[in-house]
Amino acid sequence: MATPGHAPRSSPERLVSTYLGMPGVPPKPAAEPLDPLRWGPTFPEAARGTLGDAQLRTNLRRATRTIRDKRVAVTAELPDWEALRDAGAAIKADAMERLPELLEQLEVTVTARGGTVHWARDAAEANRIVTDLVRAAGAREVVKVKSMATQEIGLNEHLEAEGIAAHETDLAELIVQLAGDRPSHILVPAIHRNRDEIRDVFRTRMPDAPAGLTNEPAALAMAARAHLRALFLRADVAISGANLAIAGTGTVAVVESEGNGRMCLTLPRTLVTVMGIEKVLPDFRDLEVFLQLLPRSSTGERMNPYTTMWTGVTPGDGPQDFHLVLLDNGRTRALADEIGRQALHCIRCSACLNVCPVYERTGGHAYGSVYPGPIGAILTPQLLGLDDADEATASLPFASTLCGACYDACPVKIDIPTALVHLRDRALHDGAPRRPTAAGAAMGAAAAVLSSGPRFRWALRASALAGRVLGGRRVRRLPWPGSLWTAGRDLPALPVRSFRDAWARARRTDGRGRP
Amino acid sequence: MTAREEVLAAVRAALGRGPDGEPASPVPGGPRAVHVPRAYRVATGTAPGSVAACDLLEHRLLDYRARVTRCGPDDVAATVARELAGAASVAVPHGLPEAWVDAVRVGGASVLADEPGRPLGAAALDRTDAVVTGCRVAVADTGTIVLDAGPGQGRRVLTLVPDRHVCVVRADQVVGSVPEAVRLLEAHPDRPLTWISGPSATSDIELVRVEGVHGPRDLRVVLVGP
Repeated sequence: MATPGHAPRSSPERLVSTYLGMPGVPPKPAAEPLDPLRWGPTFPEAARGTLGDAQLRTNLRRATRTIRDKRVAVTAELPDWEALRDAGAAIKADAMERLPELLEQLEVTVTARGGTVHWARDAAEANRIVTDLVRAAGAREVVKVKSMATQEIGLNEHLEAEGIAAHETDLAELIVQLAGDRPSHILVPAIHRNRDEIRDVFRTRMPDAPAGLTNEPAALAMAARAHLRALFLRADVAISGANLAIAGTGTVAVVESEGNGRMCLTLPRTLVTVMGIEKVLPDFRDLEVFLQLLPRSSTGERMNPYTTMWTGVTPGDGPQDFHLVLLDNGRTRALADEIGRQALHCIRCSACLNVCPVYERTGGHAYGSVYPGPIGAILTPQLLGLDDADEATASLPFASTLCGACYDACPVKIDIPTALVHLRDRALHDGAPRRPTAAGAAMGAAAAVLSSGPRFRWALRASALAGRVLGGRRVRRLPWPGSLWTAGRDLPALPVRSFRDAWARARRTDGRGRP
Repeated sequence: MTAREEVLAAVRAALGRGPDGEPASPVPGGPRAVHVPRAYRVATGTAPGSVAACDLLEHRLLDYRARVTRCGPDDVAATVARELAGAASVAVPHGLPEAWVDAVRVGGASVLADEPGRPLGAAALDRTDAVVTGCRVAVADTGTIVLDAGPGQGRRVLTLVPDRHVCVVRADQVVGSVPEAVRLLEAHPDRPLTWISGPSATSDIELVRVEGVHGPRDLRVVLVGP
C-alpha cells in the first residue's frame, strides 16, 4: 500500500523515490493509518468529514443502489434461497464448534498434497512469515490477489518496509494503491473515486500508462491490463487470501471477476495464501452452498466470472511451492463471545454494506477500518478486543440505526443488530472505566430521569416548555451535557405537550379522575 | 508454545474447552456439532443433458456476453474451426480429440501442443491467439463451465493467457444446478478446478461493466447436441 510521502513502487527499476505531490488527486483519507484494522477518530467525528464529500455520497448512493437491486433480483429467482441461507448459517456455526479439529485436519490434508501450513498468532507474525517466504523464493516483488486478510495485517506496508514491492492486481485495489488511498468498500474498494480521478491517478502514477488515456472505464481497464500483464509474466511469487478452504480435502478457493486472481494463482512458482482461521469449512460438498450464496449476495450475479480451486500442489500445473498461513489476529478473541462470534461467519460478500442506510451516507472511510459497514461495526471491535478498547474502537457498535436491513441481507444470517446491541453493552461496561462517552452520559442521564417518578414528570414538563419555545423546530445543538448527545445526532422536534399531560387532561375532561 | 499450539489452545479456550477438551466430532465428514439442514434443491427441474438444460446454459452464457454456437455431434470439428477464424496460432491441450486438432490445422493456424514433458511457457502462450479445450461439467442455472485439468482441458495456464478460449461443451456434460456439479466434482477434489462464467469482467470503475480484463476477453462456447 502506498503511503503519502512515498511513491508507490509500481516498478522497481522505474521507481520515483520522492513523492512530488499530485494536487488533483490527494489520497483519501488524507491521514496515514497506523493500524489498518482501526485508525482515525471516533465514528461520529469521522462521519462528519465524509458526509461533507458530495462526490463520495453520489458515488455511494449509485453504487449501493445498483448492487442492491441486482442482488434482490438474483436471490429472488432462487425458490430455495432461504433454505440456502439456513444451510450456510448452520455450516458456519458447525465449523466454529469444531474449529480445532477442522484446522488440524486442514493442516493434514494440505500437507499431504505437498503444501506447507504456517500458523500466525497476530499480524506481526503473519507478516514475518510471508516476508521470510518471499525472501526464501529470492523475490524482490510479489503480485497480489485482492485479500481482506492481507489488508487487515498491513502486509503491503510491511513488505515495502522490507524492500519488497507488493503489486495489487485487482483493478480497484490497484487504483487505491496508486492513489495512496484506503479501500472504502469490501467489494468495490475504489468506489469513492470517479473516472476522472482514476484517469489522473493512472496518468501520474502508472509509469506505462498510454499517452492520451481517456476517462472511459474500458480504456482505463485496458491500461491496467497492459500494465499488469508484464508483472504477471515475470512474477515469481504471488500472495492471495482465501474465500474458503475445505478441511476434508485441503482444497482452497478464490472467487473473483477479472482473472487477476487466476493469473496470480497460476503463473508464479510460489504461492502464499493468508487465510483467517474462520474460513475453514468441513466438507467439499459445502461448496454447493457457498458458491450459490456468495456471488449472488456479493456482486448480484448468478455466478462470478472466475473461481479457482486448488489442493496443495499439482505437479506441472500452477505454483509448485504452496504455503498456507493460518491467521488468528483476534479471531479467537471474537470466538470467545457467544453472541459476538457469529461475526466470524462472515463470507465478506458486502451485502450488508449495500443495504445499510448509515454506510450509504458516511461511506467506508468513516469506520476507520479495512472492515467497514455493519459487519465491520461488529467485527473490528471484537478482533481488537473491547476490554481495553479506545473510544474510537468502542464507538463502532454505535454506528448503526439498528434497522435490521443487514440481517435480512446476510447470506449466512448473521444477526448483526443483536450483536451490535450486545457489543454496545460490552463497550459501556467492560474493562476499566473510561472517560464518559456521549452515549454513556446520555444513557446515565436517562436512567436518572426514568427511575424516579417526580424527576420524570419534571423532565416532561421541562421538555414540553422547550417544545413550546422551539415551536416544533429540530434541535441541532443542546448545551452541555446534552451536547454529548447532539454531537452525533439532531434532537427531534419536541411536542408542546407530553403524552402524560395529554392523558391526564383527557381524563379530567371526560369526567373520570384517577381510579 | 509454538504459534500452532497457542492458536489451537486459544480456539479451544474460546469454545469453553480445556486444553485437551473433548472434540465435538473429530472427523470432518463425520457427525456435525450443529445440525445442517439441507432443504435446498439439488435437482432443479432442468434435467441434466436435456434440450432445456442446453437452452438455459446458452441463455445464461449470452447474458454474460459469451458467444455460444450450437451444433450437432458431427459438426464439432467444423464449428471449432469456424470459431477459430482469424487466429494465427492456437494452443491445444494434451488429450484433445484428434479431429479437433486437425480442424485447427485445416484452418491454417499453427498448432502449439501442450504435452507432458513439453509444456508451453507463459510467454509463448502470451503470443498465442487462442486455445481450444473441452470441459468437465457445465451448470445451466448459472451459466458456468468447469475445467478440472483432465484430458482435453489442459493445465490451467492454457485457458488463461491466450485471449480467445473456444470451449466445447457436450450436452451430456450439462447439469442443472451448482449442487449437481459439486457432486460430480467431489469424486476428484484434488484436481485443480477453474469455474468459468463468461469472459473476465470488472465493474470497479463507477460500476460500469467492462468485459475482458485479464482472462480471455473472448469466450466462445461450442454447445454440442442433443
